[in-house]
Amino acid sequence: MKYNVLTIDDSRTMRDMLKMALVEAGYNVLQAVDGIDGLQVLASSEVPHVIVTDINMPKLDGFGLIEAVRKDNRYRSVPILVLTTESDSAKKLRAKQAGATGWIVKPFDPVKLISAIRKVAG
Amino acid sequence: MDTTADPMAAIRQTFFQECEEQLAEAEAGLLAMSDAGLDDEIVNAVFRAVHSIKGGAGAFKLDRLVAFSHKFETALDSMRSGRLEPKPEVFKIMLRASGTLADLVAAANIGKDIDEASYAGVAEDIRSLVHEDESQVDEVIDFSPTMIDFDEPDVVLPLAGSRNRFSIEFAPRDELYAHANEPVLVLKELSLLGDVIVDCHCANVPLLDRLNPEASYLSWSIHLETDIDQSEVTEVFEFVSDDAQLEISCNRAAQSSDIEATALPDCSTIENAHEAANSSEALGEHSELSTDKSDNLIDAVTLSAGLGESKGGAQNSGAASSIQSTIRVEFDRVDRLINLVGELVINQAMLSQRVAEANFAGASAILMGLDELEQLTREIQESVMAIRAQPVKPLFQRMSRIVRDVADATGKQVRLKTEGESTEVDKTVVERLAEPLTHMIRNAVDHGIESPEIRIANGKPPEGLVKLIAAHRAGRIVIEISDDGAGINRLKVRQSAIDKKLIAPDAALSDSEIDNLLFLPGFSTAGTISNISGRGVGMDVVKRSIQALGGRISISSRPGQGSAFSLSLPLTLAVLDGMVVSVCDQTFVVPLTSIVETLKPKGSDVHALGAEGRVMAIRNVFVPFVDVAKKLGFRTGRRDPQNGVAILVETEDGGRSALLVDSIQDQRQVVIKSLEANYRSIPGIAAATILGDGRVALILDVNGLINRPGTESSVDLQMAIGG
Repeated sequence: MKYNVLTIDDSRTMRDMLKMALVEAGYNVLQAVDGIDGLQVLASSEVPHVIVTDINMPKLDGFGLIEAVRKDNRYRSVPILVLTTESDSAKKLRAKQAGATGWIVKPFDPVKLISAIRKVAG
Repeated sequence: MDTTADPMAAIRQTFFQECEEQLAEAEAGLLAMSDAGLDDEIVNAVFRAVHSIKGGAGAFKLDRLVAFSHKFETALDSMRSGRLEPKPEVFKIMLRASGTLADLVAAANIGKDIDEASYAGVAEDIRSLVHEDESQVDEVIDFSPTMIDFDEPDVVLPLAGSRNRFSIEFAPRDELYAHANEPVLVLKELSLLGDVIVDCHCANVPLLDRLNPEASYLSWSIHLETDIDQSEVTEVFEFVSDDAQLEISCNRAAQSSDIEATALPDCSTIENAHEAANSSEALGEHSELSTDKSDNLIDAVTLSAGLGESKGGAQNSGAASSIQSTIRVEFDRVDRLINLVGELVINQAMLSQRVAEANFAGASAILMGLDELEQLTREIQESVMAIRAQPVKPLFQRMSRIVRDVADATGKQVRLKTEGESTEVDKTVVERLAEPLTHMIRNAVDHGIESPEIRIANGKPPEGLVKLIAAHRAGRIVIEISDDGAGINRLKVRQSAIDKKLIAPDAALSDSEIDNLLFLPGFSTAGTISNISGRGVGMDVVKRSIQALGGRISISSRPGQGSAFSLSLPLTLAVLDGMVVSVCDQTFVVPLTSIVETLKPKGSDVHALGAEGRVMAIRNVFVPFVDVAKKLGFRTGRRDPQNGVAILVETEDGGRSALLVDSIQDQRQVVIKSLEANYRSIPGIAAATILGDGRVALILDVNGLINRPGTESSVDLQMAIGG
């Protein structure tokens, strides 16, 4: 079975890079451009196996997205990986408190990305 | 998206495109705030833009870009969290930093390195905005609070021939499940590292009626024998170590029999653990439905959805800043569509003409239908053209940076005011306007605006104003660059033109004629060529590039009050306004932008010059007289000019020539068809078009035609110009 991954990032570059790495590894990729869009994509498609989200985004940021997902019974068990930079330990912690499952350090190494997904979604 | 090319290269391209958008957004945001003060939304947007550039730059290993954007981002972060006071000086530094960032991006795009020393000043300024301790904190702290047993740190590295043996105690807390982590997956991951024996402790699982579906009851003891060192084993628990009791201890394996000895008698396999975990999950899901807690959850969700909506509404009412959704389409596709619509317009014109010619009964009803068709095709054409249209905003934003740079370099105080930024024009026109506009803006600041001292002495405010205005007028875009500086010094201009032998010392010139001397090739007013405006490019080059776009430029100036340049450009390069003329029963189109006037020559106006050349006297000035038919080889003999029409054209170098054609048919808009793409390039012919009657008409390239070696040799032409 192909796993569905929802990637949420306001940067086209990052979305493209995530997509390239994920498709290569055999995942189906859904994309959204910010938190609000992410929630809409969630609502309009099959529940993804993993959500990969950026933190700094317009409209609704990563923290807001995570909180909204965790509050929704349909999605509360979906693993969420946040994209953070090395030095953002405070953000990592805040994301974790909001309900994030794990994190991926940007710029990401495709191998690490896939291993992170495997760790949270199998 | 292009999938045939190297995907990384395509993403790299996307990155640089995106950088450009983000730089524009950052700059616009900073400018807005330096005018109107701090705005949380805007500072966040600027932060995100810089942060995004940093993220992408990291992916492409553009280290300088990463380092600089990191500094910039840190300063912005400090501002949005209120630690950095939003003073005007701060915005000034940030604007300069955004300029440097643009330079770094541009350099990275072409694979060049910028010398770090060249922007060390800006880098230092932006760094100085952040308190020392803050910037340190951000860099240094990267803690991961794990409970790792470091009893024997010396055995972390595996020794050759011996394997590491880890004993791991793993007891998840409730939060681990709440964060959607899954112990089974962690155990599976461990099993990939080496030989694993997992023992699941399920003694804590209560009876079903007392089981809390949200709670964690299971824990595991794991024995792992592997070649891998401790840090990698710890990494497996990266996401869960905060939400579990975890102890990892390492012993170097001595004897394999030890495993039996330490393993618990009733050890479960990983499959057992899996089952146990799954069953607890299943129970959890089942009972969730009936608990009060889940009702609360639903309420919370509805509430948050409500909030989300009202937030969205607020955003929409913030109209101007909201982003419209867009799609990205390759230019090729749009161009193909434009071409097809061009064909459609031609076809429709042909059809109308044929129906009119056929002149059969009932034709009027058909003609009415055709009128409607014409209306529709025009609308389609306009809509398709609009796809290629882009607002001039990014172009104008780039100009604000140039104003700042030049003002800084010359010690002047200048403000740029822009209007009509949302005016749209064909993308190619926008791109090709950048250079001439840059030059004119530089000129306005460097030559137009006076130094603050002189301005004050003349009763003006010390800060000069440069205005950049775009507007649509009569199917064209008009761009006006004006300044409130000293205006053109006509005495100086005139003297300079006399010194350079561009005009006769006794020439009687009107003010406007003197102003227009600026456009002559090789003209420069500044006594000393400053390294800002004087980059070997004069106003003549500006004029030429505007003309190449099918545009016109004009100048007006008032001494002491400033000067204004006005550009008028076509909205698209796909259609052209032309004069349709006949030459030896052939139809040609002369671009309207190069035509100055048309006249009926008298025999006495045309004089022979040399063996073949002729010149024509127009108001006491001799201009080369070019017989188009002869030039293109339709006719060899000399034709009496009185039987034709002379079209006075202006060439790129500012000179004038008279073109002799047989007659003028019409003036109309024509769709440009490339000749190179369909046939080959012909000197003197710019392109082709198809007329309403279905015939192909060639569009004359006025410059190429005049310079085309033909029967009238260029030597003669040179002589004629000299005369």
